[in-house]
Formats: sequence, structure tokens, C-alpha cells
Amino acid sequence: MSVEKTYAEINAKIKSGKAVVVTAEELIALVEEKGLSKAAQEVDVVTTGTFAPMCSSGAFLSLGHTTPRMKMQKVWLNGVSAYTGIAAVDAYIGATEMHEDDPLNSHYPGEFRYGGGHVIQDLVARKPVKLKALGYGTDCYPRRNLETTITLDEINEAILFNPRNCYQNYNCAVNLTDRTIYTYMGMIKPHLGNANFSTSGQLSPLLKDPHFNTIGVGTKIFLGGGIGYVAWNGTQHFPSMMNVEGKGQRSSAGGTLALTGDLKQMSPRWLVGTSYLGYGATLSVGIGIPIPILNEEIARYAALKDEELYAPIVDYGEAYPSFTPGNLGYVSYAELKSGKIKVNGKEVLTAPLSSMPRAREIASTLKGWIQKGDFQLTEPVKTLPSPTDGFIAHSIKEA
Amino acid sequence: MSPKRIVLRFGTDISVKPIVYRLVKDYDLVVNIVKADVNPQKEGTMILEVTGDQSEEGLNYLRDIGVSVQALNQEIVRNEDKCVMCGMCTGICPTGALYMERPSMEVRFDGDQCVFCQLCVKVCPMKAMEVCL
Ligand code: SF4
Ligand code: SF4
Repeated sequence: MSVEKTYAEINAKIKSGKAVVVTAEELIALVEEKGLSKAAQEVDVVTTGTFAPMCSSGAFLSLGHTTPRMKMQKVWLNGVSAYTGIAAVDAYIGATEMHEDDPLNSHYPGEFRYGGGHVIQDLVARKPVKLKALGYGTDCYPRRNLETTITLDEINEAILFNPRNCYQNYNCAVNLTDRTIYTYMGMIKPHLGNANFSTSGQLSPLLKDPHFNTIGVGTKIFLGGGIGYVAWNGTQHFPSMMNVEGKGQRSSAGGTLALTGDLKQMSPRWLVGTSYLGYGATLSVGIGIPIPILNEEIARYAALKDEELYAPIVDYGEAYPSFTPGNLGYVSYAELKSGKIKVNGKEVLTAPLSSMPRAREIASTLKGWIQKGDFQLTEPVKTLPSPTDGFIAHSIKEA
Repeated sequence: MSPKRIVLRFGTDISVKPIVYRLVKDYDLVVNIVKADVNPQKEGTMILEVTGDQSEEGLNYLRDIGVSVQALNQEIVRNEDKCVMCGMCTGICPTGALYMERPSMEVRFDGDQCVFCQLCVKVCPMKAMEVCL
């Protein structure tokens, strides 16, 4: 008999402390032990987790008014410029913005030691942050200059708003050229010297709900150590399924999420300023998403394991920068996590960019919150575009 | 007398056996090979502990034949508060001093295997690998 549950039923169980909550890895073990039907009946919620650099991240800050008032036209936080093309004392600090004096890649490969992601981490760590602002002066906002120090608790609002997080799947990056390259996938040595991959595989949120059956607008999640919500689909949300050539399988491609939440209740352990040698600065974000086991189909996807999830291998030396389509084949996350893969007949050592121990910690923290009855699940108010919606990527046309 | 810890780096034209032999034979040194990463196709590295009165002379001999000699009075340490165990460093560490435990995917650092190339110091995205004097 196939099982059907509703959000209301699951939430009632959570409230009474009776919900059965397991992490995605625990679900895999349970399905292996008892079979899918039994596991789907028993389990109410599966928790997932990921902790990795996510460049499309940032925070809206409402800094508060000065005396006399000021329309801040330019703002710097610890020397990092924030976007001010919004209201008078509002600014958006983006994760990849660099410190004004950073040499960038002029000493190649640049170190990119301090950027917007580091500012966000310093803010959530409750460190004082230097605020510098310039205005042009208006009748209502006459002040032109400001230099002071702020802390997260003193400003009015700080809203983390990440336009693209939680990539469903990602390339495994290699380098076929004869020089070392420095990319957003890390340092990759020449002649297939190493291979880097991202996403936490069988723990990764969107790989466990490939058809967006449960994750949608309004889904309540673990974000940056606090509570957040799915705001929309992320930018570059291309949720199609790819054919894994030669393996007779289909695997998720590139769905993404836009996420938001109150920065003031997050933690510097889960929002970490990050520097990629020769590439830039960014923010590593911790995300955990609960998946309600409404039926057996949802359980089946949530129980997908590393052996069944594939990433394409892409040459970042030549093919990626020149935007040449195609790849060098597919590898499963089980192979990627084993530490070695085969590319063009050569054995290549692999390393992740995404922390598995941290992903596991997030999934079990979220599990704890739900078990305690503190965290109820939300039914999406709008579903997100799924693989059947046929989203296609556009690129810029030049005349 | 306490042993000197040194790192040697040498090109493909130098082979290891004769140089260790000369240190022992000509300079009367006690040589303990802590770690050797030698591959005829690429630059080699070796960590030695040498003891003996003529250790300076021995090291000068190495320098004369084109071996880079660096004292290991510095140390690489991992700042456990900053490390997020992403694992990125395990792909570039030449000796496996930084390695991943499977299946937990936790990153371990074995200082004894470190040849002080400092690659991880540059590459670690969290700046968790530090040079300690
Ligand atoms: S790259 Fe840095 S943060 Fe990542 S595991 Fe290595 S030392 Fe830790
Ligand atoms: S300095 Fe870092 S990369 Fe180099 S051997 Fe030591 S641990 Fe490995």
C-alpha cells in the first residue's frame, strides 16, 4: 500500500514530538535495510545539507539615519564598496566585491584576501565594521560625509538575500592545457593534474528533490546557521535533467534557489568569507533543506545515492573559458568522493570544494530542530520551474 | 648534538642515492630520511635529519651540486577554527600531508609528511593553513 501524507499531518507529528526525521544519508541506509515502501511509510522528514562557496550572495543593510540626514551615494564597509542605488541609507553588500585597494590579479595569481563575503562574516561575528559614506547633498539630505563604526546589532535591518545559491549539480573541473589555472573551481594543475568538484552529492538539497516537488517559494530552511526561506528560483535556474551518456542514466543539471533570511540570527560558522587564489573573494554558505516524505516517489528521489548522481567533467583550461559546448564524460559522486577518477584514460586525483563534514553537521542540526518541535515545515506558496518546464539558457548576442 | 631538520629540493638530473652516500661517507654524518618524494620525471623533495660535526660542510656540498637546502625551523600549522574541512587542499598537497579520511571526508593534517612547499598556505580559501616561526 503506497503511502500519502500531508504537510498538516507531518506538522502535527512534529508538534507532538513524534515525527520521524532522518538525514538523507540515514534514509539511504534505511531504504537499503527495509526497502523503499517501508522507509517511505516510516519517515516523515528527510534533512539535507550543503556548505560551499556561493558567489551570488549578499545582504541588504539599512544603516539608519545620521544627524543631519544624508543620502548615501557611495558606501564602503571595511573598505569594500556596497551598492547604494536604492533608498537613502540602504545598501547591498555583495559577496564578491573586493576591498578598494586589493591588487586583484595584477600580481597573478591574486590572493583576494578581503571582500564582501568577509564583511558579512565580520558583521555576523559581531565585529565592529568601519562605515564610510559620501553624499552629494540635497535639501532633505544635506550631509555629504560620514566615517564611523557600526555593528550588526546597531543597524536597523540586515537581510541576507542571495540571488543564486544551492546549485543542484555542478561540473567536475579539470585542466587539459599545459599551465596551472586558477579558477572559481580552485587551482587546477596542467595535463589533468587534479580534478575539483562541488556539491555534497547524496546530501545536497536539490539533488534530492530533482523535480521540485516539495522545495518551492516559501520553503523554510536552515540558512547561515539560522532560519531562512526560499524566496524564488535562483538566477540561472536551469532544472532540466541531463542524459548521462554511456551510463544509461538521467541526472539533475542546474536548478538553483534564491534565499533570504534575517542576518541578525545567523552565525559566522555558517557564513564564511572565502578567497579563491587567482579568482576572487566570495562567501561560503551553509544551507539545509527539509524534504517532507509525502509519498513514495518523493522518498525515492530523497534516497538517491552517490552512485546514482552524476556530474559532467569539463575542461576549465580551454573549453569552459571559450564557451565551447560538450564535456569529457560523466562521473558519479561515488567515484568523485573515492578520491580518484579516470579522464581520457588517465587516473586523476579528485578534491571537493564543498565540505562534507559541514554538510552532515547541517543535516543533523536541522534534524535536531525538527525533532525538538521547534521547526515546522512550510508548504510552498508557489512551485518552482521543474525539469518539464523546458528552461533554456540564453547567452549574450553581440552585434 | 640534536639533529638538523632540512628540506632538499632538486631537479631531475640529481639522483638521491649518491648524495646521501656522500653525506654519510665524506662528511661523517648520521642521516635519517624522514620523507622522500622522488620521481624521475619531476622535481624531487626530501626531508632529512642530519647529525654530525661536519653538517654545515655537508650542506654546502649539496648546495654546490645544485640542491636547494632549506632549514626546517618553520612549521606549517592548521588553524582548526578556520578550517571548514572542504578538502580543496588535499588535491594540491604534493606529499599527502593534507589528506582526506574516507568515508567521513574529514580532512587530516600530518605535519611529519609536510615538505613546507606552502602551496596550501596560498590555496586554502579560508586561510586556515599558516606558517608558524
Ligand atoms: S583547504 Fe583550507 S579549509 Fe579546506 S580543508 Fe584544507 S585547510 Fe581546511
Ligand atoms: S606546505 Fe602544505 S601543501 Fe606543502 S607539503 Fe606541507 S601541507 Fe602539503
